[in-house]
Amino acid sequence: MSQAASLKISNIDVFYGTFQALWDVSLVVKPGEIVALIGSNASGKSTLINTISGVMHPARGTAEFGDQDISTLDPFQIVTLGISQVPEGRRIFPEMTVLDNLILGSYNRRARPKKEQNLKMVYELFPLLKERKNQLAKTLSGGEQQMLVIGRGLMSDPKLMLFDEVSLGLAPIVIDALYKALREIRARGITILFVEQNVRRSLKEADRAYIMKAGRIVLDRNVAELQEEEIQKAYFGV
Amino acid sequence: MVLEVLGDLSTPVIMGLLLGGLYALIALGLSLVFGVMKLINIAHGDLVVFGSYFAYAAMTMWGIDPILSLVMGVPLLFIIGFAIQKYLMSRAFAVSMEAPLIIAIGISLILQNTYQIIWSPMSRGLTTSYSLGGFSLGGAVVPIVYLLDFIAALVVMLLLREFLKRTYLGKAISAASQDKRGAHLMGINTGRVYAFAFAIAMATAAIAGVFLGLTFPFTPTSGVSFLIIAFGVIIIGGLGSMLGTFIGGLVLGLAQTLGGYFLGAAAQMLFAYLIVLVVLAVRPQGIFGR
Repeated sequence: MSQAASLKISNIDVFYGTFQALWDVSLVVKPGEIVALIGSNASGKSTLINTISGVMHPARGTAEFGDQDISTLDPFQIVTLGISQVPEGRRIFPEMTVLDNLILGSYNRRARPKKEQNLKMVYELFPLLKERKNQLAKTLSGGEQQMLVIGRGLMSDPKLMLFDEVSLGLAPIVIDALYKALREIRARGITILFVEQNVRRSLKEADRAYIMKAGRIVLDRNVAELQEEEIQKAYFGV
Repeated sequence: MVLEVLGDLSTPVIMGLLLGGLYALIALGLSLVFGVMKLINIAHGDLVVFGSYFAYAAMTMWGIDPILSLVMGVPLLFIIGFAIQKYLMSRAFAVSMEAPLIIAIGISLILQNTYQIIWSPMSRGLTTSYSLGGFSLGGAVVPIVYLLDFIAALVVMLLLREFLKRTYLGKAISAASQDKRGAHLMGINTGRVYAFAFAIAMATAAIAGVFLGLTFPFTPTSGVSFLIIAFGVIIIGGLGSMLGTFIGGLVLGLAQTLGGYFLGAAAQMLFAYLIVLVVLAVRPQGIFGR
């Protein structure tokens, strides 16, 4: 299986032009963990995810994966290291078939030799994608598209997967199915960091949770020790 | 009476379809670059003419057959295309969407003036033993080069289509054109993919240049007129679609020869551009556009 590597974010500041989106953010995800990143809109969750993925770069602080500094790497290099982001908003390639979308997931050099093996795993996880493999991706329903984006992420043979708002705008039954898939992914030894707005859902699924507010981490706890009221307080500041 | 008219039509129809092949061949690279980078490469026509002049140089200096010279012309324009995207366009894209357009205009002007300095404003042609030959087809006498144009266009179009569909790089090019950020997150180095897309487009331009030169005389400014024709082709066919570009070329070629047949030679391009206008009004995304 994939060798163990921790994600370690230390004291990063991230800017959009002159606007500071993250302030002194630190976070650790250890191998095999499932960690939730909770917060309201514009609290900086997606910015953090995108900084880990290399879409954004920190002005100060470092991001490390294993013993490698990834702060200045580009997204394609980070994917090759084994960090895969499942982006928000079902970013499929709409005019390509389901199968081609999945194959593109295995674009990086490390994943290419494992293409067939990972494809088998994705089809086991989401049998529906196998049935629809020759359909254009844009013809899938919202939930199916989300499965495709997750499957595509798995095709890159990740050690760590970042999920950005997987449940956004989907029906509860679909959300249940997606989180079931997340648990199965974790059971296969892949570390997970996921962004979620739904506090109750996060506490149910995660080992640990980070709560963000206005670009800062305001709470970091094992979920077993965490009371919902405490989150509400950190969340809303009441 | 009707049958007689239809019988006579075989010549313009066959000529139009074959000529349309040449137009499609010229437009394929323009379509690919637009489809992937959303860049209207104003210099495309001049780069096609670069292919014509290169073959002309190879023929006059070393006596190499124009089609054979593609062995050198295709890799040369491939490298030039890769360099243009990697060292000029990618930096311009980082500035704004207009900057690459201005770079393209600059490349166009530099190329046209370079051709004038080296080869003078006189028209040149790639005259070979077979370029004046013809054969009979369906009652029409067809120049051999027209048939070669069509075959070349068909082969290049099919190769491009298969490349985009079947290879990792081809799929990455399609992916980057549909969602750049999404492509990044799949581990695709879009900078590299764009450079390859531009390089491939220029390789097709080298081929188009040779067949253009075999078919028509060309001058340092011919690129402009063929750029306009290529625009017409991709408007009809739909930007970014290889099959659409091919069909668009055939439609434009047909419109031109049929226009000439019915309205007189002076009106042939007028009729062709009327078709372009109709497509713009009725189906602005083109026949195969999405």
